[in-house]
This record gives sequence, structure tokens and C-alpha cells, in this order.
Amino acid sequence: MIAASTSNLLAAREQMAFTLAFHIPFACMGIAFPLMVLIANWLGVRGDGDALTLAQRWSKVMAVTFAVGAVTGTVLSFELGLLWPGMMARYGDVFGIPFGIEGIFFFTEAIFIAIYIYGWKRLPPKLHLLTAVPIVIAGIGGAFAVVAANSWMNQPGGFTENASGKVTSVNTFDVLFNKATPYEVPHMLLAAYIVAGFLVASVYAVGWLRGRRDRLHRLGFTIPFAVAAVATPIQLFVGDTAARAIAKDQPIKFAAIEYVQTTSRNVPEWIYGIYNGGNPKYGISIPGFDSFLVGFSTNTQVTGLDTVPTSDQPGPKTLLHWSFDTMIFIGTGFMVVIIWWLFVWWRKRALPKSPWFWRICSVCGVLAIVALWCGWIVTEVGRQPWIVYGKLRTADAVTNSGGIWITFAVLVVLYAALFVGTVVLLRALARRWRAGEAVDEGVPYAPPPA
Amino acid sequence: MSSTDVVLVVLWVGITAYAILGGADFGAGLWDLLAGNAETGRRPRHLIDRAITPVWEANHTWLIFDLVVLWTAFSPAFAAVMTTLFIPLCFAALGIVLRGAGFAFRHVSERLEAQRAFGAAFALASVLTPFFMGTVVGAVASGRVTPSTGPDQAWSSWTGPLSLLVGVMFVVTCAYVSAVFLVHEARRAGDAGLEQYFRVRALVAGGAGGVVAVAGVIVLHADARYVYDGLVGKALPLAIVSAVCGIAAFVLLLVREVRFARGVAVLAVASVVWAWGVAQNPYLLPKTLTVDQAASSNDTMTALLVIFVAALLIIVPSLALLFVLSQRSALED
Repeated sequence: MIAASTSNLLAAREQMAFTLAFHIPFACMGIAFPLMVLIANWLGVRGDGDALTLAQRWSKVMAVTFAVGAVTGTVLSFELGLLWPGMMARYGDVFGIPFGIEGIFFFTEAIFIAIYIYGWKRLPPKLHLLTAVPIVIAGIGGAFAVVAANSWMNQPGGFTENASGKVTSVNTFDVLFNKATPYEVPHMLLAAYIVAGFLVASVYAVGWLRGRRDRLHRLGFTIPFAVAAVATPIQLFVGDTAARAIAKDQPIKFAAIEYVQTTSRNVPEWIYGIYNGGNPKYGISIPGFDSFLVGFSTNTQVTGLDTVPTSDQPGPKTLLHWSFDTMIFIGTGFMVVIIWWLFVWWRKRALPKSPWFWRICSVCGVLAIVALWCGWIVTEVGRQPWIVYGKLRTADAVTNSGGIWITFAVLVVLYAALFVGTVVLLRALARRWRAGEAVDEGVPYAPPPA
Repeated sequence: MSSTDVVLVVLWVGITAYAILGGADFGAGLWDLLAGNAETGRRPRHLIDRAITPVWEANHTWLIFDLVVLWTAFSPAFAAVMTTLFIPLCFAALGIVLRGAGFAFRHVSERLEAQRAFGAAFALASVLTPFFMGTVVGAVASGRVTPSTGPDQAWSSWTGPLSLLVGVMFVVTCAYVSAVFLVHEARRAGDAGLEQYFRVRALVAGGAGGVVAVAGVIVLHADARYVYDGLVGKALPLAIVSAVCGIAAFVLLLVREVRFARGVAVLAVASVVWAWGVAQNPYLLPKTLTVDQAASSNDTMTALLVIFVAALLIIVPSLALLFVLSQRSALED
């Protein structure tokens, strides 16, 4: 019986992790890509024909990625109930409020995305351009609401409950703006712009390496890359702030991320390395640096894992630590690429010529997604064994329905097909565009046929 | 009216909107499935594609709205449904993915084989999803979902007579609403042939709907006595409105007065949804969980009311714009 329920918990967690990991890059596209389309469209309306073509083509891509994001997001809504009824029964009334707000934004986004994508032919140019603005705003608002819900799971506040665990009062403002909201929300929003920016830019970087260097491709690279280039330095600052806040608000999560075994001062910072109880193996250690990062002094005290029993610690510390380090290395690496780009632009008013720049850029999209996954592993695995930090254990929230391994397996097959379908279709679209066919593009902003 | 009552009414509005708008999109999938081979089915499939492309995602959002309102306002009911009806809900979620992705993928693919494969996923899922959603509603109405049911009833909870019948009823109703809408779309496109094509299908689906509705009353009497008593009691006026509208829509279609058929058909479906709600009131899960027992605290209800007002101010005008532009053929690619 116990074995069965442990297996259920593992299956449910793996399924949730898998479906979230699949959904999040599409969500990033939904949040951030519309801004790039809007920029291209705006340049186009001001007379840049290449930019207008890009905006038109990108809006087709947006139709596909938005659809996949919408259906995989719906699966997550179902999973919250199907996999975690214990959480929904107890805290659905608190946790649901940010989702209600998200509903408004998602609805708005779905409506205006349809108007924008299918309004190319018949709407007047300026009005059509304006219909993209609500998409950008709704994307930001929706991301705020969903991540606020996740922040609440990390720093639950804004409610009281009676002895039997029933919620008796809720303060909506404190739920939305819980202690983790100020750093989690901007961190994810910026991540969305970085992921979407590098992902789209990487497609054009591959094109550059294959010799497609016309103005359309240069512009297709520059717009998304510039968006990511603005977001990345801010992200490093926000991420650093978030880590310090976690050291304070979720000390055990932080201790697991940083391999802090015992509460002490002058704590070293481990670069990678395998968790081994007290002394990590194979890592590089920088003396006192972890203390310094937490409190700007090597004398800062950092809480250790052994202040709580093992049953209250997150499990795979090595996974957490590696995820954290990888995220930071990728983020910092992006800064190098951005500085390279800026430097060449400053000296030559042109894109870099070195093939190495383009080789690196062509993998930046995938790297950005890896960093995104790593960040969510840190957030979610690091919160364990709690589903609602300090309030409800994941093991007490999981469903007792059988067959989760089966639903998980079905989802893996289904999502694999979804992934292949998305990639094949987008590549087919690109091929058609390159072949120069005016694939049901028509003439933008033409009067309706008589 | 207490804040709980208002939230319940808004939830039912959301369910009604999903039943009609989402239902019409699912039904279109059924007609797509039955449209024959690539050659004979080309024109109806083209009309279906054109009609639902700009609106299906917005229509689908009603489902998210309903789920979120249910789990926020009536958490224990949501948890009970999700725990007991795990299997049909998994199938419904699977169908939602296949339907949405299949439709969006078909829309952008060029090769016939790809269009066929994606189209088949879209069309089959459009039939399965409402069926499984229907079994969920049937399971709730027949009292097979309670706060204490769980995996022991994983299969028996949704395979009772009422569940299966409501499942079929959902598929038929979606087909019916969709055909009525498509008659209108064909007329708007000035295609008399297709107008006739979908008018015949609307009549067939309407007739089938009538038969299933009568069967439904009989099964309800046997399998869900509480809801049956409510239906012939306090919900009787709504049941009568539904029956009258159903027959009127049939007659209007028969005499080719398609202009009014759409509104009357919508009213017929909407009044069934409300008749169900009124019939099982004050229960959310008949005979085991009342609305008040399941209701969240006043604070949560107030927060939801504020959200509803914001939604009213933002979404209603946006939706109106979408539908107006869509109906004026301003949204095409």
C-alpha cells in the first residue's frame, strides 16, 4: 500500500514536471513573441517592407505556437485537479484567485491574437497594428497571474484557516503580492523575453550560417536578439536578488541549492560537484563566496540543511545544485554574446561576421530553454517535500487514483507527436516562404476583393 | 442573493457559453469527420475551417474559465469530481489536445496526407471529447460522485446508464448546434448548396436530439431520481422552454426560415443547461454536497465577483468585436 502510494507520488510529480517543461517554452512564446511581432509590424507600417513581411510570417508562427501553448496549458489546468486534488480541496479557494485573473488575460489574448492573425487582409493598417497591443499586455498580465500563483505556493500568505484546515478568510492583495511575487514574477517575465528572443534569433542564425544573409534575415535576427539583449542584463540582477531572498525566505531550499550542510559563516561557493553529505565531491570551491553572495560579507551566516530532518529536505541536492549553476552559467554566457554583438555594432554598424558568433547564436535558443528548465527545477524540486511551502506536503496532496504511469506514458507519446508536428509544420512554412511562394499571404492591407 | 449565489449563476453562464460555443466547434469536428473523402468533403471542410479558425481558441477559453471558477468557489466539489472521474476527464483532456493541435496543424499544412492525418485527429477528438464530458455530467447528476468516492469507483462512477446517455446527448447536441451555425455560415458565404447540405444535417441531428432527450427523461427517472423530480418540479418551466424551442427550431429549419433557427436552437440548449442546474439545486453533487457546504469563504467569493466585473468590462466588448469582425468576414487568411 505504501509502496503503491509512493509510486503514485513519483509518477504524478514526473508527469507534472514533464507537462510543465513542455508547456513553458510555448508559454514564453505566447508572452514575449507578440512584442517582436509588434515591433516588426510597427517598422513595417512606417514603410519597411521587409519588416512587414516578417511580421506577417511571424504571426503565422504565432498561430501555431499559441495553439500548442493553449492546449498544453489546458492539460495543466486539468492536472492541478487530477493529480493534486488534496491541494485543490484545501487551498483551491486561495490558489484559484490568481488563476481567475489569469483567465481574463488569457481570454483577452486569445481574442486579440485571432483578430490580429486573421486581420491582415481587411483591417486598416494602423488599426490592425493596434490590435497587437492588447496581446502584448495580456501576455504580461497572464504571466504575472500564473507566476503569482506559483509564488504563493513558495510563500503562502494572505489567508487564515481554522483548526480543521478550512480556509476562513482570504486577503486577495496579500495572495497576489505574496513575499515571493516581487522576484519570481519579474524573473519569469524576463525569462520569457530571453527564451523567445534567443529562440527566434537562433532560427535566423542558422539561416546566416547557411548563407541566407539578406536584409529580411538580418532583421529577423536583430529584432528578437535585441529584445533578449535588453532583458538579459536586468535578469542577472533580478536573479541575484531572488537568490538572496530565497536564502532568507526558504533557507532549506537555498541550503540544498548551495550544498550548505551545517549552519555556519564563511560558507564556500561550490561550482558544480556531487552532493555527499558534508563535503561535496569533484566540485570547485570558492572559500567564503556563498556567504558573501548572501550578505555581501564572508562573515554572513547561512542556514544549513541539518537544521531540519531529512524528511523536510528536498531530495536530489545534486540535481538542484547543477540546475542552479547551469542556469547561471548560461545566463552569464549570454552576456558575453550580447557584448560581442554590441561591440561589433558600435565599431562597424553591422552584425558580427565571425562564424563562431553565429554558431553560438544558433544554439542560444536551446540553451535559453535549458536555463528556463533549470530555473523551474530549482523552484519546484527545491520546494519539496512541500507543495504549499510549510503548509501542505506534496505527498498529502497527490491523488490516490491508479494508473498515473499510464497517463504519463500516453502524454509522453502525445507530446512527442505534438513536438514533431510543430517542428515539421514550422519548417514547411519556412521552406514555402523561402521558395518565394506567396502562400496564402496575399497582399497585406489590400482592399477587399470586389 | 448571496455572493455565493451570484458566483454560482456566473459559473452556469460560463458552462452555458462553453456548451454552445465550444459545443459548436466540437460538432463541426463531427461533420468534418462525416464529410466523406478529400474530394466530396472539400467544400464543407473548407466552410468549417473558415468558420471556426478565428474563434475556436476564444470559445475554448470558456472551459478554462469554468474549471477555475469551480475550483476556486467550490473547491471540495472540484476535488471530488477530479478524484472520482479521473478516467473520463483524462480522456477529455487528451481529446482537447488532439482537437486543438489537429485543427491548428491542419490549417497550416499544405500536403494532402498531412491534412488528412491532422484532420482525422481533429475530427475524432471532436467526437470523443464531448462524449466523455457528457459522462462526467451524467455521473454528477446521478449522484455517483460524492466527497468520499474515489478510485474504487473509477469505472463504475461514469459508466452508468445516465452517464452514457448524456455522453451521447452531448455529441448529438454539439452536432446539432454546429449544423445550425454552419447553415448560417453557408448562407453568409452565399453558398446555397452548402446551406442545404447543413440544413439537412441540422434536421437529422435535431431529430436525433429529440429522441435522445425523450430517452434522457426516462433514464433520468430510473437513474437520477432527485434530478428527475427537480426537472418535473421546480425546473419544469425551463424544460418546457427547451422542448418548445427545440421543436420550433426544427420547424423553422424545415420551412427554411434559417434566420431565426439559430437563436431558437441556442435557447433550446441553454435552457437544458439551466434546467439541470435548477433541478439539482441546492446540491452541487446531488444528495451529498450542497452549494453552501462546498462554498468558499466570503472573501474568495468577493474576489471572484470583482474578477467577474473586470471580465465583463474587458472580455465582453472584446468578444463582441471578435464576433462582429468574424461575421463581417474581416478575419480571413
